[in-house]
Amino acid sequence: MQRMVKRYPEGKHKSALLPLLHLAQAESDGWLSVPVMNRVAEILDIKPIEVYEVASFYTMFNLKPVGKCLIEVCRTSSCWLRGANDIIRHIENKLDIKVGETTADGKFTLTAVECLGSCGTAPMLQIGEDFHENLTYDKVDKLLEEKKNATTHSRYVDHHTFRS
Amino acid sequence: MFKVTIDGIEVEIPEGSTILEAARKIGPEVAPPTMCYYSSLETSGGYCRTCLVEVTKGSEKDPRPMPKLVPACRTQAMDGMVVTNELSARVKEARAGVTEFLLFNHPLDCPVCDQAGECHLQDLSYEHGKYKTRTDFERRTFEKIDIGDKISLHMNRCILCYRCVKVADQLTDNRVHGVLNRGDHAEISTYIKEAIDNDFSGNMIDVCPVGALTDRTFRFKSRVWFTKPMDAHRDCEKCSGKVVLWYKGDDVLRVTGRKDTWGEVEEFICNTCRFDKKKTSDWTIEGVRDISRHSVISANKYKKLVKPNEFTLNDIKALPE
Amino acid sequence: MQRKLLFEHIDTEGIQTFDVYRSKGGYSSVEKALKTMSPDEVVEEVKRSGLRGRGGAGFPTGMKWGFLAKPEGVPRYLVCNADESEPGTFKDRYLMEHIPHLLIEGMITSSYALGANTSYIYVRGEFFYVIRILERAIEEAYKNGWLGKNIQGSGFDHDIYVHPGAGAYICGEETALLESLEGKRGNPRIKPPFPAVKGLYGCPTVVNNVETIAAVCSIVNDGGAAYADIGVGRSTGTKLISASGHINKPGVYEIELGLPVEEFIYSDAFCGGILNGKALKAVVAGGSSVPILPAELILKTAEGEPRLMSYESLADGGFATGTMLGSGGFIVMDESASVVHNLYTFTRFYHHESCGQCSPCREGTGWMEKILHKILEGNGTMEDIDLLWDVQSKIEGNTICPLGDAAAWPVASAIRHFRHEFEEYVKHPARHQQINFYDHCHNLASATT
Repeated sequence: MQRMVKRYPEGKHKSALLPLLHLAQAESDGWLSVPVMNRVAEILDIKPIEVYEVASFYTMFNLKPVGKCLIEVCRTSSCWLRGANDIIRHIENKLDIKVGETTADGKFTLTAVECLGSCGTAPMLQIGEDFHENLTYDKVDKLLEEKKNATTHSRYVDHHTFRS
Repeated sequence: MFKVTIDGIEVEIPEGSTILEAARKIGPEVAPPTMCYYSSLETSGGYCRTCLVEVTKGSEKDPRPMPKLVPACRTQAMDGMVVTNELSARVKEARAGVTEFLLFNHPLDCPVCDQAGECHLQDLSYEHGKYKTRTDFERRTFEKIDIGDKISLHMNRCILCYRCVKVADQLTDNRVHGVLNRGDHAEISTYIKEAIDNDFSGNMIDVCPVGALTDRTFRFKSRVWFTKPMDAHRDCEKCSGKVVLWYKGDDVLRVTGRKDTWGEVEEFICNTCRFDKKKTSDWTIEGVRDISRHSVISANKYKKLVKPNEFTLNDIKALPE
Repeated sequence: MQRKLLFEHIDTEGIQTFDVYRSKGGYSSVEKALKTMSPDEVVEEVKRSGLRGRGGAGFPTGMKWGFLAKPEGVPRYLVCNADESEPGTFKDRYLMEHIPHLLIEGMITSSYALGANTSYIYVRGEFFYVIRILERAIEEAYKNGWLGKNIQGSGFDHDIYVHPGAGAYICGEETALLESLEGKRGNPRIKPPFPAVKGLYGCPTVVNNVETIAAVCSIVNDGGAAYADIGVGRSTGTKLISASGHINKPGVYEIELGLPVEEFIYSDAFCGGILNGKALKAVVAGGSSVPILPAELILKTAEGEPRLMSYESLADGGFATGTMLGSGGFIVMDESASVVHNLYTFTRFYHHESCGQCSPCREGTGWMEKILHKILEGNGTMEDIDLLWDVQSKIEGNTICPLGDAAAWPVASAIRHFRHEFEEYVKHPARHQQINFYDHCHNLASATT
């Protein structure tokens, strides 16, 4: 974490807040609890409220627990034009949950999100850092099967993402 | 000095002044309404968009008009600039729009709101709003949070002017509240249950333009227009000690900072003066406060009075309609 | 034959790696600039090229660079805007993913021109796999002496850092991006001051889009004049277009500005025509925020001239009959698509992405979404259409940043050109509601692979 702080000029260490929150979330079962955010505030020597303000602004930070596999289906324009709603409905039926819900066994959380910048390969969804594009029902089924036995939470980032 | 013309009236202002400062120098007839700007808070303003004005001439040097309406509070006045405010149909239209937006999610609970009577949003909607409501969508609501026994937070009424956040940032060194979430879910909050308690936290009440932050010790004690404001001061080691005492009979119901013509506090006061000194004997009474804002409190009801104990029912009866 | 300046080598095996990229002439612009040109000469070439900002606004890049304040003893920054989030736009991701060294080369050359010793690439958080690719490329560049101290013995020092966003469209607005890079909420700043004077950490800063910075390489290599030779009028050079929606070949295409829209949609070299041979209904030509145009107006201007892929031609007719090139997010809708529902997805997007600082955008975007939702639910009235028009008009031009306009324009243009469809929806909602699902007209099990 100190490595990230060094990327910014002296005294501008607050800049490391976003990358640090990403790393903290990846290490904390995919969500940011108050103690985790307080710890980040401590590392950066900023007020806890500054962390809460920022964490709650950005959609990638989860302030509540999520399932092991967080499915984010894009539903904006191009994806909608190519069947995002069908994909969402299909997953809802498969997992027997609605958008925004987590399966009872805590394995899956389904969310519908706004444009993920993958319009040319619509419809698509994101799980952790992986983009799954040009979706069909078959592809979705295989993906759900594969993720069923995930032992760790899906994550966007790990300690190798950034250059040392 | 720069010369600026607003609604046809010319005024001289020091270089670096904003259009709003120029307009206020001319007076209330041309000064645009403000909901988020606050003269004694740095970097305030720019958010609410009620002070949008039209610049029909940029400056003597560059006379081109500005294509968009600009926020008077955050736009520097230039030498030779010509501004239209109330005289501009575009401005009136935009301001009515902004007023409607501010009311879109604002609860109409004025009958039970302690801010009623000194609420800037009431004034704004009365002066610039539309007669008809064009929405019947359910209003946004927030979960109520407790921020201590001195200040009440009614987030549903908040218009996100950011003033209270700036108070905490600029008057104290340990801000525990801020703006959380995004868009129309954004809210003033401490996130975790935490009392907002420092020597100057009470000023959040004074700067709040609406009833989102009110004095909990004054809660439901009286409608503000039934109280009488008196200027008073005391020796205080934390602040200037210059306040307004709000009386009902002989009781001090509330203590606030002194607000100027524009409803803005010039000198912030400490929580000791505000919350702990509610006896007349704590204060040196200076006289009746002349409330210059155009609200019900300023109906000059108490003009003839010097001391609270001279106030009688006959004085009210004697006032002209 | 269309010339390619950015994607000339994109199909080369291993172009992601330094060695292959270098073997194809990579980093020659850095070499040329550092060894044979002064920083001002680089700025002059960029001015001469006529390059305009590729993020959407189309502001002349050379002029933007010229505004950069240069006070003594104060660091200057170049920040690359890789927060690509405009619905319909995915060109920057494609470029960074497939030819990351092109961006890094452009960053070094541009930073030299601007006198910046540190630069940041702000990548939208959802693109973490792209960040990995960039970090690897940056590592290679350091190892080969193209980054760090005294680059290629020139005396010029430069460091590049990648900074992740975390899910906020608004951070594509340059001052919101700077706030975010400083570790704050992505609230746009009130301008002035502009970043060229007070940007990152209060220092003079240039914020440029990925594609803009990448274009600097060929401008320096071949000269601004050669770049300006390509294109038409004030639309010089090439542009990356992200094509999506109901077309046979969605993807990113590098085109010479001035290509006829009709050719772009129907030629096999580009979109390859409308999916399943259907008829074209409408196009959003420059990303979600630009006005939607019906088929007849996107193919030809109101005067009957062929519409070209250029800043001027697409804008021909103003908002009454024209649109904008924007970021080049080209979304195509066939005859079966519902303009009303598509608009709803845009409006929901802007509502979701509004930062909440200023009241017209904070409240207005939510209001518009609610009205559209009401219409989609079958509860709309004719008055709602007028109300929707009025609400967008109260947002436009009255907000701190362009997000307000971006939210208003799609609504205005949809009503302007497709009012009949809104009325139809209000009268017969059930007929339209099924279009909400794609299976109604296409077979998802086989339409995509």
